[in-house]
Amino acid sequence: MLETLELKRTPFHERTSRLSVAQNWRRWAGYAVVGSYELSLDHEYWAIRDRAALIDVSPLMKYLIEGPDAARLLHKVTTRDIHKMGVGQVYYTGWCDEEGKLLDDGTVSRLGDQSFRMTSAEPSLRWLAMNAVGMDVKVAEVTDQMAALSLQGPKSRAVLNRCCNDQLDALKYFRLMNTSIGDTPISVSRTGYTGDLGYEIWVEAEQALAVWDALMEAGDDYGITPCGILAMDMARVEAGLFMVDADYTAANHAWIEGQKSSPFEMGLDWTVNLNKQGYFVGRKALERERKAGSAWKLVGLEVDWVGLERLFAEVGLPPQIPDMAVRASLPVLAEGKQVGYASTSTWSPVLKKYIALAHLQRPHYEPGTSLAMEVTVEHHRRHAPAKVVKLPFYDPAWKKK
Amino acid sequence: MPANQYDAIIIGAGHNGLIAGAYLARAGKKVVVLERREMVGGAAVTEEIFPGYRFTEFSYVVSLLRPEIIRDLELPRHGLKILPLPSTVTPMDNGDYLAAWPDHEPTRREIYRHSPRDAEAADEYGRTMARAAKAIKPVLSLVPPDPSSMSVRDMLGLIKLGQYARSLSEKELYRIAKLVTQSSADLLNEWFEFDPLKGTKSASGIIGTFLGPHSPGTAYVLLHHYMGEIDGAFRAWGFAKNGTGGVTAAIAASARALGAEIRTGASVKQVIVKGGRAAGVALDNGDEFHAKVVMSAADPKRSFLSFVESKHFPDDFVEQIKNFRVRGSSGKVNIALSELPQFTCLPGESPLHRGAISISPSMDYIERAYDEAKYGQCSKNPYIDMIIPSMIDRDMAPPGHHVMSCFVQYAPYDIEGGWDDSKRDAFGETVISTIERYAPNIRRAIVGKQVITPKDIERIAGITGGNIFHGELLLHQLFFLRPAPQWADFRTPLPGYYFGASGAHPGGGVMGAAGKMAALEVLKDWHG
Repeated sequence: MLETLELKRTPFHERTSRLSVAQNWRRWAGYAVVGSYELSLDHEYWAIRDRAALIDVSPLMKYLIEGPDAARLLHKVTTRDIHKMGVGQVYYTGWCDEEGKLLDDGTVSRLGDQSFRMTSAEPSLRWLAMNAVGMDVKVAEVTDQMAALSLQGPKSRAVLNRCCNDQLDALKYFRLMNTSIGDTPISVSRTGYTGDLGYEIWVEAEQALAVWDALMEAGDDYGITPCGILAMDMARVEAGLFMVDADYTAANHAWIEGQKSSPFEMGLDWTVNLNKQGYFVGRKALERERKAGSAWKLVGLEVDWVGLERLFAEVGLPPQIPDMAVRASLPVLAEGKQVGYASTSTWSPVLKKYIALAHLQRPHYEPGTSLAMEVTVEHHRRHAPAKVVKLPFYDPAWKKK
Repeated sequence: MPANQYDAIIIGAGHNGLIAGAYLARAGKKVVVLERREMVGGAAVTEEIFPGYRFTEFSYVVSLLRPEIIRDLELPRHGLKILPLPSTVTPMDNGDYLAAWPDHEPTRREIYRHSPRDAEAADEYGRTMARAAKAIKPVLSLVPPDPSSMSVRDMLGLIKLGQYARSLSEKELYRIAKLVTQSSADLLNEWFEFDPLKGTKSASGIIGTFLGPHSPGTAYVLLHHYMGEIDGAFRAWGFAKNGTGGVTAAIAASARALGAEIRTGASVKQVIVKGGRAAGVALDNGDEFHAKVVMSAADPKRSFLSFVESKHFPDDFVEQIKNFRVRGSSGKVNIALSELPQFTCLPGESPLHRGAISISPSMDYIERAYDEAKYGQCSKNPYIDMIIPSMIDRDMAPPGHHVMSCFVQYAPYDIEGGWDDSKRDAFGETVISTIERYAPNIRRAIVGKQVITPKDIERIAGITGGNIFHGELLLHQLFFLRPAPQWADFRTPLPGYYFGASGAHPGGGVMGAAGKMAALEVLKDWHG
């Protein structure tokens, strides 16, 4: 078999494949990753919300951006003010095309004065290189060379404190530090995709397994649990975090204008710094949109359970909803007329609510607005009452503490 | 309003009392919930008996907590988390085991290993019970009408009940009639052949009753356990974060947020009666609280025989309450452990450690355990339902250490010669040596243990007779007969005095339905 026809294996495959009872594999950027280790998502989901979940996130695209103009490049590409970023800080950011429409989103970590790491969901090398013309900066993709583990959950700090050679108590939300586990140097950022207390651990691919083993051993007493991306998908919806391709279309992939989204439309207002100095890609369009207001907005939608129960009771059933996040577009209506769509919906075990991320047209996106979301009741399309709520749905006190 | 003047006073801050208080506060009433102990929770409490080890002292799982209560009181926002308690395993005497998971395929394969016939029967049995539970469930949320009354309210209730019964098919009606009268042994023998399977299933029919698997009526209790199945995704089955005390902590937080006042260390002595109506309560310390409405969330005996002088009730009512059966039949042993119990049948750490572990090798085993209890002895070989909370919630024990909750039946309240310290020790020893047969390392792993007899349940949680349901779930003590004929609608013969606890319809378990329904009846009367 041609190697290129196989899905790539992450540096943790030797461990994850043995632990995966369910043989539930998913594709992520050309890699095979575990969807769920067990037949049910419960144990993995609750590891994120109550213990410590160990998630292989190695397929994240990773770039090292180095040189005297590294900050200049990222300042130009992203919507954040990179010049204000300190060493050891991590920014979450989106980046746009010239029309102010999102191409992708990810994190930028300042490793040193002239050194950054950027993560993305889509390949971004070409975009970075195009924008770096005339700059003294080197952009290198390190996706395959660098393994990444996400350790998420209220006990994640205790686990790291047990096995790292430095204590992590002083590491603040969205900060980064270098430390080591045994002889293996790692970098740890207090970031994640779950909205809980959590860290991401960055390590050279050759040394990945040693880190996995050390974390699993240190975490044993805390109920550490290898966790697939399906449970993480539920958690990220609760955290109000969206995903390219599932919740928006990258502007360079869109066939028609209507498929594109701006950062404002995605609720990323806080990441768009229009006060920052100088040019950045999409600035003009974003300034215009800021003034005129956005036609759409990504918001939280909470389905009214009593209303849902009523629809199902008509056919003599309790509500039947999938027990995992569903990435399928569901129409959202106001007084019988479609005003938007939910892009990802999920049952939230921690909130005991049926929730969705929804794109809604002005003026229907204001919190408190009563709408209806399509549900399928015994093969019939029905509309369950739902309410617009602020994101995130779930925001535990310990996330930033 | 003067300081000690309220719209409503609730006696007892167990889950039902707190829920009633929350619903009344939600309706804008000025409410105080009075609790005798220094902590809220009643029999739904978590206590750190040994430093670092937290015991979910009495009740230990959440199974029937009503979804509408979780929603109405926004319990998840107030900290309620229900963690999965996925499996059940029954160690067998031959060193093998029988396990069950929520996932259908592995369970089927597991039963198949022991009995191919039972593997198929189990599917059909599960569906049949769930359908019967679905058919009977609407009754649980009805306020029981009095069949002998001609009042409009009762007549409407009876009509509703009749309409409901007519909506069932003939087949369903017969099935239900059979289920409520049959013994669990008869029912299970119709379906299954494999002893450990029958033993484990029959166990849920005897929990909290003073009956054995062969006693008629126990099949109905089995049915109770399928009620949760039909709440769909909302199903509240599992172990509460921080133990069952986590449930009452969330309800108390919600009640306070809604404006209810909760006073601990407030032991009620008597309900004050003025002009033939309940008008308040007097505490043991002499303090008085006044209100138009008083609700008791204590057990029926204390509510009607102790808090209120008998002269305020008709004689036959007093007689009915005196005869209400509240004999406790079970105890608890909570154990702090330095290591995980190693079951001979499950070497090492297994996912099954995260679920229930049931000592129920056969129905005969349980019936024999009952035989001894009938004559005032603790079972020599008791039925034990164990969970290891620290495997589910890591905050229950220090890292690497564990706590184990063992529900034990039978331990009769009326033990021959009465309970004393040496009998309690002997009871604890019986439990440990029973477990030791299946998990030989248990004894050396013990850091500390708490042995709770029915007498201790009475003393600590204040439940007369120490019955976990405040009164057995017997056919003659259910629905419009609970706690007494004509008084199953949460009202009592004393105007202004209400009753909303496990001893009222629809009975026990950490369900909360009685507290909620009683509060709603109070509000109905309020607004005429």
